Amino acid sequence: MNLTDTPEEEEFRARLREWLGEVLPTLPPKPSPDDWPGRRAYDLGWQRRLYDAGYADVHWGASPTVRLIFLEETEKAGAPYVGAGFVGLLHAGPTIAAEGTPEQRARWLPPILRGEEVWCQGFSEPDAGSDLAALRTRARRDGDDYVVSGSKIWTSHAEVADWCELLVRTDPQAPKHRGISWLAMPMDAPGITVRPLRTLAGSAEFAEVFLDEVRVPVANRVGDENDGWRVTMVTLSFERGTAFVGEVVACRRVLRELAGEARKNGRWDDPVLRRRLGRLNAEFRALWRLTQWNVSEAERTGGVPGVGGSVFKLRYSHARQELYDAAADVLGPQALDLDRPWVLDRLSSLSYTIAAGTSQIQRNIVAERILGLPKGR
Amino acid sequence: MRFQLTEDQRALRDGARGLLARRFGPAALRTAVDEPGRLDRALWRELGAAGFFALRLPEARGGVGLGLPEAVLAFEEAGRTLLPGPLVATHLAAGQVPGAATGEAVVADVGACGLVEWLAEADVVRGDAAGAVPLRSVDPLTPLHQAPVARDVHPVAVLLTAAEQLGSATRACELAVQHARTREQFGQPIGGFQAVKHLCAEMLVRTETARAAVYAAAVTTDPADIDTARLLADEAAVRGARDCLQVHGGMGFTWEFEVHLHLKRAWLRTHRAGDATESEESLAAELLAQPI
Repeated sequence: MNLTDTPEEEEFRARLREWLGEVLPTLPPKPSPDDWPGRRAYDLGWQRRLYDAGYADVHWGASPTVRLIFLEETEKAGAPYVGAGFVGLLHAGPTIAAEGTPEQRARWLPPILRGEEVWCQGFSEPDAGSDLAALRTRARRDGDDYVVSGSKIWTSHAEVADWCELLVRTDPQAPKHRGISWLAMPMDAPGITVRPLRTLAGSAEFAEVFLDEVRVPVANRVGDENDGWRVTMVTLSFERGTAFVGEVVACRRVLRELAGEARKNGRWDDPVLRRRLGRLNAEFRALWRLTQWNVSEAERTGGVPGVGGSVFKLRYSHARQELYDAAADVLGPQALDLDRPWVLDRLSSLSYTIAAGTSQIQRNIVAERILGLPKGR
Repeated sequence: MRFQLTEDQRALRDGARGLLARRFGPAALRTAVDEPGRLDRALWRELGAAGFFALRLPEARGGVGLGLPEAVLAFEEAGRTLLPGPLVATHLAAGQVPGAATGEAVVADVGACGLVEWLAEADVVRGDAAGAVPLRSVDPLTPLHQAPVARDVHPVAVLLTAAEQLGSATRACELAVQHARTREQFGQPIGGFQAVKHLCAEMLVRTETARAAVYAAAVTTDPADIDTARLLADEAAVRGARDCLQVHGGMGFTWEFEVHLHLKRAWLRTHRAGDATESEESLAAELLAQPI
């Protein structure tokens, strides 16, 4: 068991730190959260800089340990996160890299890596949430095209996306997992309507996407027809691998800021609050160690993150909510003021036990796939 | 970074597990429960011969010459089987108290709360046990005395206790899962019901998070890492035993079934390193100690 960098890892970390020190002061100011075109330009601009500096494929080309160091160092330095690049870099890109034809890889991967194209995700539907395989958006073959009709929901960055990784039903007669296909849908195709969806935090982070007889070339299907469920599982396992590394680093910083604020406003004198922050320190320290353990395990087993990601996500999503509830305790009545730091984060944290597989579904995954308990209800 | 067990560490863990399965299986556990207060000296010497106490002592001084991570793995196995005796105290005394390293001597420590485990069976007691009075111990496998004066606990003792808690939590999870797979009600294994399944999943989540914390503390020996390991392992062990008991229903409430022994020992270990609030306070202070 070893927690120190190898000479190669140490060198990668040092070079990255040096580069971040040079490049971060030259970044343009951050756009406001509701300026979607501005956010797109900002996020793509950051990806372009990564590409030019040789870090473009760190999310799926590099080893898990290098990816961990990259995410740790960029977060510590206050660098931008993937933002609008999320689906392209962490979902669609890895899927195309693993399952696409040489032509598909050549068409879609370079623009993702160079920060030229944005992808969004069309998986969930109003009637297919936790039971994703029950999705009903229909794709009917018509010559060299699929004709797609239905609706998708919880689609981030839909307003500014060039492509959508879309799950559609191509065989309504087959058992639900066996009649699904994975398509790359151009977002400028006729028949697509995007309607922003306002979250409880007040901002429109998601959209609903309505599809009315949208034509998608058959050549845009990744994987075999009706094999889309397996193709998708590749994508989802990536999401649960190192996706939260930067956030754990950020949470540990927030915790120190909270302690500092409590010290300033006098709440630190309350031993109950102090011990609660002490427990959260233990919690996030342990989550960081669990991340290092999972990454080392992925390294040992050849890269693809396993179900250990579900264990992490269960604990982390809960811890994040506790962190921001503790922040509210530090703030007192100021926790009701949306302009105070951490108040919006507290609202956003409520999505963590729901998005990317609810805690209840994650517990089923842990119980059935790790512990071997029978499927049931 | 390679934060996984090495081949040698796996072999050591498997070796410890094998030895304890042979020498302290279910029958030996029953005997120990039926004869409270008696320590199996032959087993103690066997543990000594296997290097359990001398594990971290340099080879030049007759030890095995291994490190804290290896000791943590061995103590995890001890916790898993409910191995009785002042294991941590004797391990820490190796190289300092004659006979401790080889298992000839049984060494007891006055603990953080003034509690002394196995005082009557000990050949050597470290700390001031004058005026210690016997308690009717809640744990049938650990006789207890209360001494008037507490003694500071060595950080290694805190960590090895956390390792025992981790082993206990792991075992509790395994027992619960075994039962949930085989026990049928309403025409199906109860592990098919989400209410039961989710209890088991949470047991695993707590155990695996604690495992990462305990192993990391063994590698770094950072005081904040040790406090973290202690808090997480205590939680995993106590709540794990509680949930294991719940999954077993009425059988979980019986003297016969071993889960109460895990719960009682886990309670006892939470006091060995002093009050948990001290660890929480240290970790809170650490938040202010480092720059943001």
